[in-house]
Amino acid sequence: MSVIDSPQIIAREVETPPGLFRRLIRQRQAKVGIGLAAAVVLLALLGPLLLPWATGYTSTEFAGRPFQPDGMLGTDNLGRDVLSRFLGGGLRLLMYAALATLLGMALGVLVGMTAAYRGGRVDGIIMRSNDVLLALPQLVFALLAITVLGPQGWVLVTVIGITHAPRIARVTRSATVNVITEDFIRAAEMYAVPKWKILVQDVLPNITGPLMVELGLRMTYSIGAVASLSFLGLGMQPPTADWGLMINENRIALVVQPWGVLLPVLAIAVLTVGTNLITDSLARAAANSNTGASK
Amino acid sequence: MSSPVREDTMTTTPVLSVEGLKVATASGEEILHGVSFELRPGKILALVGESGSGKTTAGLACLGHFRQGLVHTAGSVQLAGAGQAGNLLDLPESQRRKLRGGAISYVPQDPALSLNPAMRIGDQILEVLQIQGYGSSDADRRARTAEVLAEVGLKNDPAYQRRYPHQLSGGQQQRVGIAMAFACRPAVMVLDEPTTGLDVTTQALVLQTIAQLADRHRVAGLYITHDLAVVAKVADDVAVMLSGEVVEQGPTDQVLYRPQHDYTRKLLAAVPDLAGRRQIGRVTAITGAQAVVPDPAGRPSPEVPEGREGRNLLEVADLQLAYGSNQVLAGISFSLRQGESMMLLGESGSGKTTLSRCIAGLNDDYSGRVCLDSEELAAGTRARTTEQRRRVQYVFQSPFSSLNPRRTICESVEVPLLMTGRMGRKERRRRVREALDQVRLGESYLDRRPRDLSGGERQRAAIARALVNAPSLLVCDEVTSALDVSVQASIIDLLRSLQHESGMSMLFVTHNIALARHISQRMAVLQSGRIVELGSTDEVLDNARHSYTRELLANVPAL
Amino acid sequence: MTSIILRRLATSVLILLAVSVLVFVATLLLPGDPAQAILGQQATPERLAALREQMNLNDPAWQRYLSWLGGLLTGDFGVSAASGGPVADLLGERIAASLVLLTAASIISIPAGLLVGTYSALRHGHTGDHVVTGTSLVLAALPEFVIGIALVTLFSTTVFPILPSVTMAPPGEAVWNYPLQLVLPVMTLVLMVTPYIARMMRATMLEVLDSGYVEMARLKGVPERQVILRHALPHALSPVAQVVAIQLAWMAGGVVVVEFLFRYPGIGQALVDAVANRDVQVVQALSILVAAVYIVVNLLADAVGILTNPKLRTGGAR
Repeated sequence: MSVIDSPQIIAREVETPPGLFRRLIRQRQAKVGIGLAAAVVLLALLGPLLLPWATGYTSTEFAGRPFQPDGMLGTDNLGRDVLSRFLGGGLRLLMYAALATLLGMALGVLVGMTAAYRGGRVDGIIMRSNDVLLALPQLVFALLAITVLGPQGWVLVTVIGITHAPRIARVTRSATVNVITEDFIRAAEMYAVPKWKILVQDVLPNITGPLMVELGLRMTYSIGAVASLSFLGLGMQPPTADWGLMINENRIALVVQPWGVLLPVLAIAVLTVGTNLITDSLARAAANSNTGASK
Repeated sequence: MSSPVREDTMTTTPVLSVEGLKVATASGEEILHGVSFELRPGKILALVGESGSGKTTAGLACLGHFRQGLVHTAGSVQLAGAGQAGNLLDLPESQRRKLRGGAISYVPQDPALSLNPAMRIGDQILEVLQIQGYGSSDADRRARTAEVLAEVGLKNDPAYQRRYPHQLSGGQQQRVGIAMAFACRPAVMVLDEPTTGLDVTTQALVLQTIAQLADRHRVAGLYITHDLAVVAKVADDVAVMLSGEVVEQGPTDQVLYRPQHDYTRKLLAAVPDLAGRRQIGRVTAITGAQAVVPDPAGRPSPEVPEGREGRNLLEVADLQLAYGSNQVLAGISFSLRQGESMMLLGESGSGKTTLSRCIAGLNDDYSGRVCLDSEELAAGTRARTTEQRRRVQYVFQSPFSSLNPRRTICESVEVPLLMTGRMGRKERRRRVREALDQVRLGESYLDRRPRDLSGGERQRAAIARALVNAPSLLVCDEVTSALDVSVQASIIDLLRSLQHESGMSMLFVTHNIALARHISQRMAVLQSGRIVELGSTDEVLDNARHSYTRELLANVPAL
Repeated sequence: MTSIILRRLATSVLILLAVSVLVFVATLLLPGDPAQAILGQQATPERLAALREQMNLNDPAWQRYLSWLGGLLTGDFGVSAASGGPVADLLGERIAASLVLLTAASIISIPAGLLVGTYSALRHGHTGDHVVTGTSLVLAALPEFVIGIALVTLFSTTVFPILPSVTMAPPGEAVWNYPLQLVLPVMTLVLMVTPYIARMMRATMLEVLDSGYVEMARLKGVPERQVILRHALPHALSPVAQVVAIQLAWMAGGVVVVEFLFRYPGIGQALVDAVANRDVQVVQALSILVAAVYIVVNLLADAVGILTNPKLRTGGAR
């Protein structure tokens, strides 16, 4: 008998599936999401550069009397130009949210991978500490920290990052556990490949799917959290121009001066919906890839 | 199964006939290209094929069921005696549903996944009877539940019926599945690989049950399988499937012993054979008459009686390992000579994988000694020297899991080289290419990723990784159990040739006793963490001393 | 089974203790002197010393922790720095008011989420499913205040001015005497939580419907209705219970924003005021309270998991 599966006879089983990113942007939903998010991000990035020449005012300058239809979109509770404050108010929100997300990802991925890979007592201690942090809702934890440390920027970023970390660690851990039970990790162990190298070469590339999804999800939540804190008056402090704070300042006059509330609400809504659409598409793209392919 | 009393196969009318059945995926790719076969009362037709041949799709079509994403495009399934004699596939879903579980029933491949884990087994059987309106009262149906459990050889007291699936063993679960299928006394039963995953003794029991039911109650059976030895044991007729087509069909004797189609011949030639009469692959079986290992001078050495010549390469002494109260290995001792191939046989749970991992250093929880060339090896690979790590190599069971999907074959295969020596990139690549040549994979595989390779090719790449550093001992852990039988043959063939060429020793761990004469000169039988039988392959197979080995030998199906 | 439950219970108590340590330690980081904070800048040194003595500020930290913990257990939550009164008096009515809000929102959103999710899974790939997944995807992305403001704009100010946008019960009267004022806050919470439950229910149902035992039930000839009710739904309950628990706990956080937005006199509003005033005792008490709610709800979810899984219920003996 000749060898049935000899390389010459076997036809290619499947076409090589395209990478995660290609599968992502193939989806219409992802394109819409990227479009929405990009529009708001551009607005937030370029907005401050347009001031004051586009509107005639900086974002903190007084333009006239409160709640008057002066300028393009009127004035706010202290008589500042609403459009100027809107243009200037997105950058900081975006920056804080991005930093908090990155901090959370760095902490969570590190802790989650360590827990899964070390196993045993280290895993137990890490996961129990996680449970303790998870018992406090994100916002309550943030408020506790702000009470003690005050509403500075670094406090916001750190505390939101820290509250993300246990949730990210959980996802990372379960993704890592799925990968490290695969035999190729055992093979690397067998050849005494250094542990950090196993984590970087063999584990990390195989959990990028769930991690990207987590990144998107946490970004959405970070934006919500930073904006919510400012909205409560406990995040960004006056006279800073900020979308969350604008809503706080102007909501008493929703009827007289709707733009002061509606513009930032719309911008935040479009941004978070955009990031969530991207995240959902990412999840679909990652689910199709079957990276840890066991039979 | 054979029923010599009734040889009137040709005269009985078929109870179910499938005609020109075509099934395609939703995207239009055809899976079945016009499949036809007939089932007769009291007879079992085996539908044989390798993975991806479409045999399960054809089996499910008999019940008018198509998995998500599959559509029926042409052909008919005629079921006689179901009231309306006509095409089952033309009936509306509600009427097909009424036939299922009643006139025609299904036994799934994996009972652990197919029984509802949150429902008592008695209730699961009772459910079919209620739906089909069996008997006239609930008492009738309860009586039938108890009766059918007895018919498949299970206990049937109320306490047993109140058990949940997880409280049963795999074999018992499968028999509950059969009881459920048989409860309403169907005319046709479709059995989808019902013994895959069971050990040979349980498999023999389940096969016997199926044969008895078919024979006694004149049920027509469609037995879907990839295992030709099982076919020989259970089927009256055989249909061989290859990529969506039936290529050969006929009585079992004719198809298995006088095959007409090339594919059937190839398939049959690949089936390992306990007696070692047939050769699988290019290399003939190892029997008492011939030895495999050439002596250092290069001419084939005669079978060397133990202890007279050849130094021991590997010695294992009193290896013990326990997890809590579970004694996985209870004092294992054996030795392996230079250039020798030894089979380590055991069923799931016998501790064979644990043992092989202790030797390879993947498990460091053991007590006892593992020595290589009389030098004790530390527990765990990281504690061993580079040279020791180089000399003992291990091949994993599943090639779908043992290669990192994100790295190229070259990157995966060169890992041992990276970890043992200072070699330049070019040199490493050259060595990897040589190793790939050894396993009959060409240079073109260097930069491919595992997903572009078939199962057999992946396993070859994994073997290349073990060979790249020229080991003295190769530990192969169930390396063929995830592969189709023809691929298994080629891998066995490859390992034999490699061992021949390099003179390394090999420990071949498996649950498949039929492979013994094809791969090993000596064998050890492992049961619950103990070696119950140890000797040359011929000794063990011809004069088994332990009752467990004898039971295994008695139950292994053969062609 | 009881041993599993007892172990979970013990773990929960331990976690709660750890949270209390965390919360207490946070206050140690507070710059300045709590006594000074209560009495203000003009306080005389004698009065400060007296108050310090009264608040045991001179004792070592672990002693203060123990007495604080003892107080929590006996219902003594300490003294509010802002109002000077006992925290317990301050919060009593507010807890009740928040509970009304949370209960109403749970009663609506849990069944709604389960139904919508199941419907969506059963209509997998059809228009109904697309509408549900699309809507829930958008709603799940939005922060609470965005949903709240959208509702206010729609139903209170501009489009249909039919519902009150702020809660204004006269002091001393219970909030539930003005049900119309509850509509918008409850609706916000429901819209915030339902999409998550629905999405999880859908995903779990899809997974269960794809399982071997559901296919087997169909191949046994079980009618579709019975397949879903008997073979699919019970297996979906346990994972969904976990998500419901997380959502309820999250609602306890989200309620802060919603109460602030609608000026609803509950614990959320109290928390925001306390943070603004740096009223540590109140923040501590509320943090512990919220953590306790989270833990209790999670225990309930675990209980659902144990009850729907015979393997755990029977101890997994073979």
